[in-house]
Amino acid sequence: MTRSWLLLLALLVVMAALSLATPLDSLIELRKADPALASMLVQELRLPRTLLALGYGAVLGLTGAALQATFANPLASPDITGSSSGAALGAVAGAYWLGITGPLMLAICGAIGAGLALAGLFAVAGRRSETATLLLAGVAIALAAGAGTSLLLALAPSPFAFYDSFEWLMGSFVDRSLPQAAAALIPATIACALLAQQGRALDMMALGDDVAASVGYQPRRLAVEVVALSAIAVGACVSVCGAIAFVGLIAPYAARALTRGHPGRALLPAAAIGAILLLLADLIVRLAPAGRSIPVGVITTAIGTPLFIWIVARMRRTVAS
Amino acid sequence: MTPLLEARGLALRNRLEPTDLDCASGELTSVIGANGAGKTSLLRALASIELDQGQIFIDGTPVEDAPPARRMRLLSFLPATRSLIWPISVRDVISLGLPSPDDGRVDELIEELELGPLANRPVNHLSTGERSRVLMARALAARPRLLLLDEPLSNLDPYWVLRTLEILRSETVLTQCAVLASVHDLSQVTAFDRVLLVDDGKIVADGKSTEVLNSSQLARAFRIEKAGQGWKISEKA
Repeated sequence: MTRSWLLLLALLVVMAALSLATPLDSLIELRKADPALASMLVQELRLPRTLLALGYGAVLGLTGAALQATFANPLASPDITGSSSGAALGAVAGAYWLGITGPLMLAICGAIGAGLALAGLFAVAGRRSETATLLLAGVAIALAAGAGTSLLLALAPSPFAFYDSFEWLMGSFVDRSLPQAAAALIPATIACALLAQQGRALDMMALGDDVAASVGYQPRRLAVEVVALSAIAVGACVSVCGAIAFVGLIAPYAARALTRGHPGRALLPAAAIGAILLLLADLIVRLAPAGRSIPVGVITTAIGTPLFIWIVARMRRTVAS
Repeated sequence: MTPLLEARGLALRNRLEPTDLDCASGELTSVIGANGAGKTSLLRALASIELDQGQIFIDGTPVEDAPPARRMRLLSFLPATRSLIWPISVRDVISLGLPSPDDGRVDELIEELELGPLANRPVNHLSTGERSRVLMARALAARPRLLLLDEPLSNLDPYWVLRTLEILRSETVLTQCAVLASVHDLSQVTAFDRVLLVDDGKIVADGKSTEVLNSSQLARAFRIEKAGQGWKISEKA
């Protein structure tokens, strides 16, 4: 475990450095021509982008792992449970209908949207539900939130709402400012730090709620805590960068391979893997032809869909055997 | 001498009427009752998983105040459901029953429950009977004072029913712990020192197995009566 930890951390540092430095040649040229401008470019443009990709990836990995442990289901994640879509709906409602512009207030709107989506999931599917029930309820909530978002944008007072929001909501780290990064990442970091404390309790919940309760944990209270903290972390990130799919599903899955299946111990490795994945996806985005931009969400979905299908096929085999 | 377990006024709304119960150390007790009579409710209340009212003391320590590491040494609970969805190894599941890592103890249990060939296999790939043995090992791991076992003999083949009873007996002798286990098969209760009959959320009979098995309360609770060596459906039912 220590060795895989060191490897993960090394990979994380390399990816973050690559994210700051890419593309390198233009940075070197700019540095020769105007060193002050070059350092401003790194600080104002590249640093928030790197921080957001790293932080949002970590949030998706960690909340995905915590939600999967809580729902006792390897397919629960911020996107599958509809909380990312709920956060987007909250942020759109705040931005286009309540006229909110401050990034921190928008982050709060996102968190409220994500929280309502997860509360809806609780109400519809219950907690320890069958995979099919969880997925169907999550899909229904995600579709409803998506339709709600479209409706709010279509009827928004600003005629440009649809166009404006495309770049914002499709999942992107381009042109975000440091204050925006702070609005997303400060609440997210606090929520994640609190979530990370629950590893031992979540491992005990792997043996069932009754066993966890018999040794003195409070599974129901813990579930509410996990859902609320996940909503805050995901909501804040979605309000700045839009919804990004699949990282929250794949990262915990990979992390559990390192923690020999323990869902609780997988929290921090899942955060590291999520960060690496999202930094990688954002680097791939930069390979797009000049003048064009591909939303990072497209890349994570392209990588994530086949993996998701593979996981479902594996689950089916496990159930069948 | 104070009993190992002292439970006072345990109650769960609609499921368990206020109940007092003492268990002596070294005592092997079975809990019987018809489906839905309240066996699981009684065991869950004793494990303080769910409790509307009442207090539980083990060796004089109030269970509810004990933090997880301490509580693991006071009691353990084996749930009737054997579903495990995460691919955790047999060895690691047993470890989860210990307040701090102890490979020696895990090895001991793997040997005792003959789990050697399965030790590194993920538990979600095992059969229900194999998972029962793994979960039993987990319940025994911390050598708790009180073992609360919900249907520990279900899903087991005849060898493992006898072997489990033997293990429970030797645990009570060796560590002077107490065992409360719910049991469905009435022929198994003779292996226990004491039988509690639960009906409609209360303990209606409490005594040696021969007394309880021949009691009118048993016939009423199960709607069956003695017929030669076995049982038949009561005509009064």
